[in-house]
Amino acid sequence: MNHLLTTEGLSREVLEGLLTDAQEFAEVLERPIPKVPALRGRTVATMFFEPSTRTKMSFDKAAKALSADTVAFSASTSSLSKGESLKDTALTVHAMGIDLMIVRHGATGAPWRLAEWLDIPIVNAGDGAHQHPTQALLDCLTITQRFGSLEGLKIAIVGDIRHSRVARSDMFAMSTLGADVTLVGPPTLLPVHMDGWPARTSTDLDAAIEDADVVYLLRVQTERGGGSVFPSLPEYTKRYGMTNDRFSRLKAKAVVLHPGPMNRGVEISHDVADDERALVLQQVSNGVAARMAVLFALLGGDSDV
Amino acid sequence: MNAEDLGRVATRIAHEIAERNHGLKNVVLLGIPTRGVPFADRIAVALTDIADQPLTAGSIDIGMYRDDIDTRPRTRLGPTNIPEDLDGKTVVLADDVLFTGRTIRAALDALADLGRPSAVQLAVVIDRGHRELPIRADFVGKNIPTSTSERVSVRFLGVDDEEGVWIGEGASP
Repeated sequence: MNHLLTTEGLSREVLEGLLTDAQEFAEVLERPIPKVPALRGRTVATMFFEPSTRTKMSFDKAAKALSADTVAFSASTSSLSKGESLKDTALTVHAMGIDLMIVRHGATGAPWRLAEWLDIPIVNAGDGAHQHPTQALLDCLTITQRFGSLEGLKIAIVGDIRHSRVARSDMFAMSTLGADVTLVGPPTLLPVHMDGWPARTSTDLDAAIEDADVVYLLRVQTERGGGSVFPSLPEYTKRYGMTNDRFSRLKAKAVVLHPGPMNRGVEISHDVADDERALVLQQVSNGVAARMAVLFALLGGDSDV
Repeated sequence: MNAEDLGRVATRIAHEIAERNHGLKNVVLLGIPTRGVPFADRIAVALTDIADQPLTAGSIDIGMYRDDIDTRPRTRLGPTNIPEDLDGKTVVLADDVLFTGRTIRAALDALADLGRPSAVQLAVVIDRGHRELPIRADFVGKNIPTSTSERVSVRFLGVDDEEGVWIGEGASP
């Protein structure tokens, strides 16, 4: 693995290897001194051309827990506002002596372009509505900790599938790991082209959650136009929200995941958000461990694992 | 060495550990993955017999502490299971082959992050020489003088499909 750009096409062996390492790093994070010297002397750059707090902080914490140095670039305070191109910006940062670049960009495919221009590993931290592979890893880690593995689990991913890089990343990773994935949402929020996607689709949440082991709620993304393609938020909640009533109809061992930030009262009710079976905060903790596994895999010596 | 010899080595080293430490009070046994773990388990079984009290071995992986990360292919991280608080304890590290000493150096770094043992001792199946650091073993199954081009392979059932020690020509592991 030279880069981590997408979960599509990643082998089961690679995914399981990353999850195994991530579990070890999760245990490191529980120690009195939650830091190891694995990447001492390496420098990673976080390049966020789109606003983000949690993902950027999570990568930052992951790099520091591995003893790597971090430098940060944020679009709003940079020369980008003076008209510099993406390529020039990337080459400039690279010339400072960077060993790995973590990129979030609003345009689909931007991390692939950087991977062509630069000879260092690139990690996609979200490109438009396309991919967000470390989110999928932390989700799979959370589910693995709960159920032992994803093999045979029924997983419903619910909401704005069309605009969601989380849904795309998770669907490929979960299905490669043996889960049975159903994408659920209003017809206007399901993608038009889904040829070759390893998932079924449904517009009926109540049917989909009957036998689901994991219900993955996506955020209603008003900034990507998600709010304009259904009549109203209360109507969305009524048909696609995890209400207390729906929660009570889940299987006893079923869990609820959400990538955050949550819109309480829209896609998830207050009570469900605070329930012990909503693993939202565990996902956040696991984000650091999963990203440590990715950085370690890309910078920790030559290897195919 | 065959499987029976390996069993006798574990039993003898268990006796030596009990003798050196005047019993097993405060002794924590940690195997270094991969093959230090089954070795530690064998010693733990023998110690359980000797001391008539159950003793379980833990494990301590060194993958995050290696100093040769650029020059050697990486292997998967192994498990780290610390059975009890290490502060003030005597930790006995167990590994299969003692060679350059770099694995043990990494294990000492890992230990320092996990607690503050009052003493650390080292048990190995084979000491093959060629140390690059000032490190020695406290308990040795067998000293085997080797050339650096030879390969020394200790195999345990559970990890491998046979058990014993093999020495062959080829690039050093």
